Amino acid sequence: MTSLPPPSAKKLGLVIDLDTCVGCQACATSCKEWNTQGYSAPLTDKNPYGADPSGVWLNRVHGYEVTEEGQAQSRIVHFPRSCLHCEEPACVTVCPTGASYKRAEDGIVLVNPDTCIGCKLCSWACPYGAREYDTSHGVMKKCTLCVDRIYNENFAEDDRVPACVKACPTGARHFGDLGDSSSAVSKLVAERGGYDLLPEMGMRPVNKYLPPRARRDGRSAQVAALPEGDGSAFDRLFAWADKMLSGKAAAPRVDTTDHSGKLEG
Amino acid sequence: MSEPAVATSPKTWDEIKTTTCYMCACRCGIKVYLKDGTVRYIEGNRDHPVNKGVICGKGASGIMQHYSPARLTKPLIRVGERGAGEFREIEWEEALRTATLWLSEVRNSDPRKLAFFTGRDQSQGLTGWWAAQFGTPNYAAHGGFCSVNMAAAGLYTFGGSFWEFGEPDWKHTKYFLLFGVAEDHASNPIKAGLGKLKERGAKIVSLNPIRTGYSAIADEWIGIRPGTDGLFVGALIHELLAAQKIDGDYLARYTNSPWLVVENDGCADDGLFARNEQGAALVWDRHSGSPMPALSPDAEPKLMGRFKLADGRRVVTSFQLIAERYLAPEWTPEKVSERCGVPASTIKRIAAELAHVAFEEAIELDVPWTDHLGRHHAKMLGRPVSMHAMRGISAHANGFHTCRAIHLLQIVLGTIDVPGGFRYKPPFPKPAPPGVKPAGKPGQVRPNTPLPGPPLGFVSSPDDLLVDAEGRPQRIDKAYSWDAPLAAHGLMHMVITNAAKKDPYGIEVLFMYMANMSWNSAMNVPDTLKYLTAKDDKTGDYVIPKIIYSDAYASEMVHYADLILPDTTYLERWDCISLLDRPISEADGPADSIRQPVVEPDRDVRPFQTVLLDLGARLGLPGMTRTDGSPRYPGGYRDYIVNHERAPGIGPLAGFRGPSGKAMGRGTPNPEQLQHYIDNDCHWFYELPDHMKYYRHVNWAYLDWATLMGFIARPEPVIHQLYCEPLQKFRLAARGFGKIVPPAEHRARIEAHFDPIPFWYPPFEGERVSEKDFPMHALTQRPMAMYHSWGSQNAWLRQIVGRNWLYMARERAAKLAIDDGDWVKVTSHQGAIKAQIKLMDGVNPDTVWTWNAIGKRSNAWGLAAAAPESKKGFLLNHLISELLPERDGGYRYSNSDPVTGQAAWYDLRVRVEKAADQSEESAPQFPVLKKLRRAI
Repeated sequence: MTSLPPPSAKKLGLVIDLDTCVGCQACATSCKEWNTQGYSAPLTDKNPYGADPSGVWLNRVHGYEVTEEGQAQSRIVHFPRSCLHCEEPACVTVCPTGASYKRAEDGIVLVNPDTCIGCKLCSWACPYGAREYDTSHGVMKKCTLCVDRIYNENFAEDDRVPACVKACPTGARHFGDLGDSSSAVSKLVAERGGYDLLPEMGMRPVNKYLPPRARRDGRSAQVAALPEGDGSAFDRLFAWADKMLSGKAAAPRVDTTDHSGKLEG
Repeated sequence: MSEPAVATSPKTWDEIKTTTCYMCACRCGIKVYLKDGTVRYIEGNRDHPVNKGVICGKGASGIMQHYSPARLTKPLIRVGERGAGEFREIEWEEALRTATLWLSEVRNSDPRKLAFFTGRDQSQGLTGWWAAQFGTPNYAAHGGFCSVNMAAAGLYTFGGSFWEFGEPDWKHTKYFLLFGVAEDHASNPIKAGLGKLKERGAKIVSLNPIRTGYSAIADEWIGIRPGTDGLFVGALIHELLAAQKIDGDYLARYTNSPWLVVENDGCADDGLFARNEQGAALVWDRHSGSPMPALSPDAEPKLMGRFKLADGRRVVTSFQLIAERYLAPEWTPEKVSERCGVPASTIKRIAAELAHVAFEEAIELDVPWTDHLGRHHAKMLGRPVSMHAMRGISAHANGFHTCRAIHLLQIVLGTIDVPGGFRYKPPFPKPAPPGVKPAGKPGQVRPNTPLPGPPLGFVSSPDDLLVDAEGRPQRIDKAYSWDAPLAAHGLMHMVITNAAKKDPYGIEVLFMYMANMSWNSAMNVPDTLKYLTAKDDKTGDYVIPKIIYSDAYASEMVHYADLILPDTTYLERWDCISLLDRPISEADGPADSIRQPVVEPDRDVRPFQTVLLDLGARLGLPGMTRTDGSPRYPGGYRDYIVNHERAPGIGPLAGFRGPSGKAMGRGTPNPEQLQHYIDNDCHWFYELPDHMKYYRHVNWAYLDWATLMGFIARPEPVIHQLYCEPLQKFRLAARGFGKIVPPAEHRARIEAHFDPIPFWYPPFEGERVSEKDFPMHALTQRPMAMYHSWGSQNAWLRQIVGRNWLYMARERAAKLAIDDGDWVKVTSHQGAIKAQIKLMDGVNPDTVWTWNAIGKRSNAWGLAAAAPESKKGFLLNHLISELLPERDGGYRYSNSDPVTGQAAWYDLRVRVEKAADQSEESAPQFPVLKKLRRAI
């Protein structure tokens, strides 16, 4: 069994906006692309061109159709799923070799591939299904929060973010220190009611999800209705068009005699 | 226990090169990380105007496309029967000599006998020019089955269009109305735009039968019945007109609303604009009570009214005709509601919201500007309503008019190129329509002679059609004939059918590039395969005698070609994303870009564009040879990109021109140009000054600058053509007026569909089959992580979507006793398929849908024969006819929009029933393709 370090002040993690995610898979494939040659390399694909392709992904996007109570319409929610870098990660405490560990410095949960024996206890312990076993190497793999990017001095400051965050075209993924209440991600969580996934499991995930915003559909419309037509719409439009000032100041001569169907000139 | 040391600053690459993505048509800037000469990682380029650093699911999987096992490796020549997959590998010299021989025979006798059609071609500037140099009018890319309705409707109305020619003002818009499926075009810019709208709290309304993708995050989803968007939009226009919630100033100044239309029933000028002796359209000046030229600074035109000209002719303003149409009772929300499947109250509310945002929440930018008549404006007034539409509108037989109706809605609200509205992307706006005409009239196609102009263009009257004295089509796809007069992108979907039927004539060589026309790009795949393999009874030769095909990958089409010219991947080539072609500009200014080879090919393949220039030189095409007969571009496409001039000083790339590389737009070829591009991350972008960022259709400073740049010929305003006079000219021809008139059998169709004011008619297929037999609509949309058929060869993307299902509304399935996971038989008037059902709620109950181009033929694309793409995946293409059901007279028009020839593949009607055979396999299953044999 592996013990946890004292809680870190710095709690790096992701804030994922379910209101904005369109399910485009950019985060999933960018993650795979970076990490298949990064810390967790390789993320093996089995039978990639065959009848039953499968592979290791550290981040997957699922789509669910849900009908909320009191809502007339269903909603499709795109739900990116990866390690939540929990504060009380059962995946770490169950690890018999210490291969699964939580970094004291920033709270990132990692697997040390050199000491992982592939017993899979951690994946059974994780309620989020966030760990993937790579059969070709016999080790467990998981989101590293791109630990080999976020401190990487070969990158410009701007690019020192996880690959998924860098990729996200809608800006639905945010990275930062959730241990710092003044950080942009913490503020976002506070403003938008960011929540923990399955809090009842007691893992205290660091990653937060922002719920879909209230939709402004017909049920919440504030705008006054346009006037109902009464059969004289054409005449009213005609009169309006006639009075309407065009390119210049008020016309010196306003002709009020012409209207629909009648001739002038 | 101490933590293991983690290397947090690994440098896992040797170098980073920039280039342009080709994983879809979005063309984002990318940075490619290379290690030991192999591609390690691809990310978005922050400095690129299109994607600003982001990348999509496809783009980030480019590495797997580049290393796909389906890549072709060497030129092939067919040795067995077509479709048998038996080829011999040949050297390039033999391949090029063979192609030259086949092509020169055609060019020496009748250049029309070459049909040259390119698919997802991003080099149409070159390929179209090559066709013109060859002398064949039979050229187009895939636009005829993609989006020509959108391009034509936009260009004929306001000199721009959705996607490549414009975009919503993401920064300022407060209300965004999204029509139909849009996930497949402008991939990252729209996603980034939606993210911005969400951040600012702008409202997003999606009008789409299916609630997925972008619609899933919309504030409001309106699950409209397919093909009825035009009714919905017309009812919005009705509401706005009835409440006088329209921008009268905008209409009077910048549109042809006040232009006077002659009302002279039964005469040759009926419905045309009244013009003065100089040909200028007239308006009725309210001061003088007399007609004045429309662009006269002194005129204050009346928007409505009927008047009499001095010559006695009666005239009416365009806008009065528009108002008369849309205020008619048939356009009330109550009248259209049932057909659209949208409550009248919803339509009324959306109209009220549009009016509220446009007029009560108008914005002003503190930017002075001067309009085309020299009127000074202290500020830029903005109406922050924007719209976007693409395939969902385009792929219906009423798509042209529906798209025009959307533009009419945008324009009555005064929202084109204003802050918060829909913005042009330079080089647009262009004249509405652009002045370039298609070449290929009788007499213009001659042996060994280039066409006198480009094969594609914009007709403005029947005089511009490509028909003979009897009214017969001159092009193999019947573009610019009475079948499809405004076919600005051609009709690629008709080429194989027409060639096999020799209607209007037979061809000798079919030459295609990047178009999977024997599979997911064909309507009616089973018959298409018959046509590709049909033989002449007497001679035993194939009816389409020779097929040359170029592609980078082993697609289904490769099996039906005779000579295969293997292309490179996008990371192995030079390319230019040109303003002469399909630009990548931003609304804030023009942009273009290049691809540079970031790795060398490890196979015996050549970039298609270089091969095309080589063939051009071997054929002696004038533009591609010097007077001594040597090749003009011996350095291939790279050489052409730098040195080709379309007009003096204007070449494929607008940036870094002239001797010092400082000129833009116009300038002599600069031998260092490509290095400048590479040094600038492979793109060029010029941000316009603020006073040229809006109102560009009438912005004096912008129009002057655009003329200087060569974007437009003259600094003339682009007055929005709400009333489209060119359409009326076709109508008059149908009434027998003019030199070029349609044969009798076409007249009623032309009269009906060439209405100069947008209108709505039911999609043809639904009208011609019985509602009882085919009660449901069937649609496809493209998953955001896939582009056409290419995605399935990608080891990562196929793990995300490795097969497709048929999605159906839960409530409808219950009535049909269909359960989730059932296999169903789907039948159209054309054929039947078997597919597996998934149930959902967020779909119009009269509609079923699936992901397109996921179904693969067994053994294509380097996949195993038993791949799920083949065994469980399916195509709706088998159900879609390329021809309309027969009607009186026996003639079968193509299943296309009657104005533009746009393939109407979203008009498909089907019935769905539980299949008797519940085995876990889709049908039809075509014979398994042979893996390409590469025997020497």
